[in-house]
Amino acid sequence: MLRYIIRRVLWAILVLLIVVFITYMIFFLLPSGDPAVRLAGKNQTPQLLEQIRQQFGLNHPWYIQYLLFLKHAVIGDQYGWPGLGLSFISKVPLKGIIFSRIAVTAQLAVGAAIVWLIVGISVGILSALRPHTVGDRTAMGLAVLAISMPVFFLGPLALYIFWFKLGWLPGTGYYSLGQYGFGTWFSHWILPWVVLAVLYAAFYARLSRSNLMETMSEDYIRTARAKGLTEKRVVLKHGLRAGLTPIVTVFGLDLAALLGGAIITESIFNLPGIGQLTVQAVGGQDLNTIAVITLVAAVFVVVANLVVDVLYAFLDPRVRFE
Amino acid sequence: MSVAEATPMREKPRSGEPLLRLQGIVKHFPITRGIIFQKKVGAVHAVDGVDLDIYPGETVGLVGETGCGKSTLARVAMRLHDATDGTIWFDGRDITRMKGEDLRVIRRDIQMIFQDPYASLNPRKTVGTIVGAPLRLHKTVPKNQVKTEVQNLMELVGLNPEHYNRYPHEFSGGQRQRIGVARALALRPKMIVCDEPVSALDVSIQAQILNLLNDLQDEFNLTYLFIAHDLSVVKHISDRVAVMYLGKIAEAADGNELYTQPKHPYTGALLSAVPIADPNLSKRKKRIILEGDVPSPINPPSGCRFHPRCYQMRSLGDPDKQERCRTDEPQLVPHGPGHVAACHFPLDARIIEDLTETDTGSSG
Amino acid sequence: MPEPLLEVKDLRVHFPTDDGIVKAVDGLSFTMAAGETLGIVGESGSGKSVSFLTVMGLINKKSAIVEGQVLFQGQDLVQMSNDELREIRGPKIAMIFQDPMTSLHPFYKVGDQIAEMILAHEDISKKEAFVRSVEMLRRVNIPQPDERARQYPHEFSGGMRQRAMIAMALSLNPDLLIADEPTTALDVTVQAQILDLIDRLQSEFNTAVALITHDLGVVAEHCHHIQVMYAGKIVEEGTAEDIYYRPMMPYTWGLLRSLPRLGHDTDRLTPISGAPPSLIFLPDGCSFSPRCPYVFDECHAVEPELLPIDGHHAARCHLSLEDRERIVAQEILATS
Repeated sequence: MLRYIIRRVLWAILVLLIVVFITYMIFFLLPSGDPAVRLAGKNQTPQLLEQIRQQFGLNHPWYIQYLLFLKHAVIGDQYGWPGLGLSFISKVPLKGIIFSRIAVTAQLAVGAAIVWLIVGISVGILSALRPHTVGDRTAMGLAVLAISMPVFFLGPLALYIFWFKLGWLPGTGYYSLGQYGFGTWFSHWILPWVVLAVLYAAFYARLSRSNLMETMSEDYIRTARAKGLTEKRVVLKHGLRAGLTPIVTVFGLDLAALLGGAIITESIFNLPGIGQLTVQAVGGQDLNTIAVITLVAAVFVVVANLVVDVLYAFLDPRVRFE
Repeated sequence: MSVAEATPMREKPRSGEPLLRLQGIVKHFPITRGIIFQKKVGAVHAVDGVDLDIYPGETVGLVGETGCGKSTLARVAMRLHDATDGTIWFDGRDITRMKGEDLRVIRRDIQMIFQDPYASLNPRKTVGTIVGAPLRLHKTVPKNQVKTEVQNLMELVGLNPEHYNRYPHEFSGGQRQRIGVARALALRPKMIVCDEPVSALDVSIQAQILNLLNDLQDEFNLTYLFIAHDLSVVKHISDRVAVMYLGKIAEAADGNELYTQPKHPYTGALLSAVPIADPNLSKRKKRIILEGDVPSPINPPSGCRFHPRCYQMRSLGDPDKQERCRTDEPQLVPHGPGHVAACHFPLDARIIEDLTETDTGSSG
Repeated sequence: MPEPLLEVKDLRVHFPTDDGIVKAVDGLSFTMAAGETLGIVGESGSGKSVSFLTVMGLINKKSAIVEGQVLFQGQDLVQMSNDELREIRGPKIAMIFQDPMTSLHPFYKVGDQIAEMILAHEDISKKEAFVRSVEMLRRVNIPQPDERARQYPHEFSGGMRQRAMIAMALSLNPDLLIADEPTTALDVTVQAQILDLIDRLQSEFNTAVALITHDLGVVAEHCHHIQVMYAGKIVEEGTAEDIYYRPMMPYTWGLLRSLPRLGHDTDRLTPISGAPPSLIFLPDGCSFSPRCPYVFDECHAVEPELLPIDGHHAARCHLSLEDRERIVAQEILATS
């Protein structure tokens, strides 16, 4: 097992190096503005531009810039460790921004995840246990409907109904727990969490339903019943355990992808997370920020992959013996 | 003389060169471990040195249990796997390392029928497409005649040619197996490898398929390598039977001999294990129950591979002899015309008599 | 005469489907005495498995129509609720299935799975239950049972898995063990081991055994009584001697003749022509008539009853007894 983990970690590092490399490559291959111009701002003179280029290493070829970025990330730079440099747009050290942004995105992702796991999997289980009934068909029908409604439609719709028309919930924006107290913090999260969770809940409901239905038709379920176990035990201990294990993998990856920035949701609800930062950075050709965000997102995905695989081996004994 | 000896099994005269000659075939599947670079730490010894000759027009039965390597051997012979060592001669040519167009042409002459009639047919294709695929691929028949030829084949194997457009799930297990036979026959091969073709079928259907294979062999002068785990099934179709254990041939004999004069203790155990459809006879028959399970082909036992489970060895009494079984791997030695066995202390007449009081179907 | 252990009376199990009603079991009646071994022989579609799944109450009542009676120690299992049936499954009737690979849960240790069954029916500690499961593994000849109990099913070989299933089934000392094709998926030498084991355990535990199989050889050796099933009904039943030396029904003849046998030396086997019937559209009259070489007019019109011949021997056929005896003497037994 240890060997397996070491091997995976080495691969993970390789993947990260490649991802950032490709980011740099794309940025420089696509025709966009000159980052130095952006940095310089309104009063540009050729000397200023040249000075900026020197300062930020923009006069090097792009692959050297890539290597410099890596070097700073690992060793650190004048702003601390890890050395993530400055945002070209805001001229603020990224190190500080990134972590507070991640915190917001994490709250969004984790909160939505809790909602969609509870709702999605419960609905899926109930449907699987009563297949082809009215309840099942209704639930699956609603699921299809939910999958068809993207966040950029649901979000504004929800805001319109629950905030604008009914006034039950407050509007957009992020209000931190520390500063504003539980009530405000929570009420501002309800809509973003639910809207983001709807799509995933529908997907997970369908997934758990089909996994569980397949599991319940396995031979070992028949054996469990033949042993005289209660139906509750047959379903919970024998059925769910096997049927829901594959969902662990899917969940890990979904969560990781979200942590890299739920761009649309953050934009609609004006949440200062990684997603929103991404939009700004790309729009402003903020190479440094883009590189950092890509690295962060990649780290989440790679780590999640590893965690999920190890977890799966923990849950399914057949996988352990490879 | 028992009834079994009085009526000889099908006898085919053996003439000329073998159609398929396997010499020293070894197939190991490597087991690797390592962090970055995979290092070979062991191997599954699926086939560990097998010689086998199959002459034109005859049927060779290959019998063994799980892990003996019979299926792997067949696939190596057909070049579905590459042999780790050894040579394969087919129709006078060395096909061991043949590639490309040459190999493709050879493939027309060796075809396979598979065990599982449910898994070996693509459920999304019609029967016509499945049976016609080899014809289209090898262009042995002009395009506009493919359908006629397929319908011909369907009739030959006992299917209704009007069902050309039906899908596999619309057929029963036995019929699906017939589709497999038609597909194998499409290119008029010289040899067909039958990999447990009747194991998954009901008894009454098994008999139908075995008869069909027999009839087709006569009509098209086919050569069969028939793989099975059931000695009684193999008997009805084979001219010669070989028994495999853990990657090697333990015993091989012509005609009836394997059944009347088994020499290798494993053959004895196999014969003994076959259930007899005769209550009185089965009560009288001496049963040999082997202990334990077949050892893993990753680490075959030293000396004779069968020694850990060998009742013959245990009954020897002499520790020197037993030591020989443990350390010295027996080679195949002749025990009469066409009969070879790899055992230092083969079964004697007394045990053979107990074992071969086989049922004849008469009243007890 | 002591009360029979199991008495099945006119059992019918029909599955309504989109294409029609599948009559999987269509009028099945038989009895089993305590401690006896009954062999049930049939091919796919004969109803042999469905009938015993119904005895265990494992047929989904929502998808099947079950009629008739299944009297186990006097109580009708068909009428019982799921809760009542659960009390019987395990301590009274136990079942093992064909494929040991998939019949055990892959995620739980073998010893735990056996202990789970014991714990479901007896009020003892988890530790005690585990000790008993190790003991059961020892009784089925699994070496190092203590270690093995802590392993997972995929670490066992096929034969060992089936032994573990048997250990589990017998752990509560049931009165009836139903073995549904227990050796079909196993190698022939392992098959011999398992059948030998079942025989031995049967006398040790004094359990009745219902051995379901398609292999006529297996039942000859291990069963006192045998019933041959076809299209959801018994077509012949009797002692082993009756079935093999005095068979009285053309389907039985067909089965005996299509068996490849070690002692036989014919090139060609004599198969039964055609294929098993659709259970939705059963033929009029005798279900076997489309495939029977001895068929005559009455066979298409009237379904034959299961009529006694002598003792326990009964068969379902319109041919006269004399005709059948003649055919058996001339054609069936003289094939060597």
